[in-house]
Amino acid sequence: MATRTAGDLTRPVLTAHGVARAFGPTVVLAGVDLAIAAGETVALLGGSGSGKSTLLRVLAGLDDEATGEHVLHGTAAVVFQEHRLLPWKRVADNVALGLAGPGVGVRVDRALAEVGLADRGRAWPAELSGGQAQRVAVARALVREPDLLLLDEPFGALDALTRLRMQGLLRRLRAEHGFAALLVTHDVEEALLLADRVLLLDDGVIAEEVPVDLGPAPRPDDPALGALRRRLLDRLGVPTA
Amino acid sequence: MTSPALAEAPAPVVPVGPAPRRRRDGAARRWRRLVSPVVLVVGWEAAARAGLLSPEKLPAPSAVLATGWRLARDGTLAVHLVDSLTRAALGLLIGGGLALVLGAAAGLLRLGDDLVDPPVQMARMLPHLGLVPLLIVWVGIGESLKITLVALGAFFPIYFNTYAGIRDIDERLVEAARTCGLGPAARLRHVVLPGALPALFLGLRLAIGAAWLSLVVGEQVNAQTGVGFLMMEAREFSQTDVVVLGLLIYALLGLLSDLALRYAERRTLTWRRGLRAT
Repeated sequence: MATRTAGDLTRPVLTAHGVARAFGPTVVLAGVDLAIAAGETVALLGGSGSGKSTLLRVLAGLDDEATGEHVLHGTAAVVFQEHRLLPWKRVADNVALGLAGPGVGVRVDRALAEVGLADRGRAWPAELSGGQAQRVAVARALVREPDLLLLDEPFGALDALTRLRMQGLLRRLRAEHGFAALLVTHDVEEALLLADRVLLLDDGVIAEEVPVDLGPAPRPDDPALGALRRRLLDRLGVPTA
Repeated sequence: MTSPALAEAPAPVVPVGPAPRRRRDGAARRWRRLVSPVVLVVGWEAAARAGLLSPEKLPAPSAVLATGWRLARDGTLAVHLVDSLTRAALGLLIGGGLALVLGAAAGLLRLGDDLVDPPVQMARMLPHLGLVPLLIVWVGIGESLKITLVALGAFFPIYFNTYAGIRDIDERLVEAARTCGLGPAARLRHVVLPGALPALFLGLRLAIGAAWLSLVVGEQVNAQTGVGFLMMEAREFSQTDVVVLGLLIYALLGLLSDLALRYAERRTLTWRRGLRAT
């Protein structure tokens, strides 16, 4: 089990400096600085339209028009809010996308087994439920053995029960593989349950950084979690009764 | 997973009840749909035999079939059929190939879009069969006229469907492929081509229809062989049975090519039936 201490930032897996992005006259990112240590999970929290997803796209190398610099030490894989599986490839072929060489089949099978879908390799994506498809997307990222997993509201489109299971799955996979993760979410609870550190994006910059120190497996009814949640919700402008 | 048939069934209390009944209904309907065509053909035959239809205007179906058998046996039919098919295939290959290249260029590249699409959009408004007089001046009345006509007819459906098929691909899938480390060539092969394939099939089906139509017109201009020539020659000698036979052959060719294409489509696009298959 990986420890939930704030990572060692002298060995960062990702550093970004002065990342800025504007769409026409609208400035979405106005110079973001951040660093993620190896093995660390960082949640990026912000209201809708705060530019969280834009930042993740920049860091994933999908935005050619952003300015500033970001350096990745190692490899990254992305899980999007939608599963984005190719409908014309069977599940196993989707997971194997872009991989070559001997042993790909074994690696794919192992990744599918890790997300609990060992027997669905021959299925078409259209035959899967939303949660299953998202698990395949996780397997597709996992099979690349990334140093950093970029997650763009990966469980946002799932129902509450499936979301809880997926959060558990992510925690388990991180403990086993030790990858670092940047989790974009608008769910304060999810951020606190999964992350070692929460970054709050507001007005295009990282407005606040909150270390989460709740022990290895925080429980939803932990009073410390309640206090942190209230603080973050206040900061996001949500009135808490 | 529940089957769609069960999901739609009005009374799911008896889960096996509705399906066989629906199948029986389907079979009954198929038979019922055969009734009116059969009645029409039988009526046509009866009217011809009773002398109500003069053989010069419309010969009996049995007479048409007998003529077909006679021409097939002495080899005449095969010669003309092979020539027509060759023209159709060559025209489709040339027009379709060109359309595929230009459609892909316009769909994939901004420069291609700006340079290729405007003239094609303008030319689209021309009815290509109306170009026959001009084409006669340009390429003469020989074989090239027929092939050019077929190529022109096949070009537009394939061009527009290639273009639309590529443009309609979900940008998010291309992005996901990028994050999986796929370069431009691999993205073309794994994302763009399979994504555009349904539209390509639609384009090909429309193109084949246009090709037969072009052939009918083209083979009536100074042809020495081909199904169209057979019909024109027969008309001069008032062999109406051969004219009707030619029409029948055109219809059969269209039907067969459509069936073949549908079969190929079903084989290649299995993933689209994924939802219904389980």
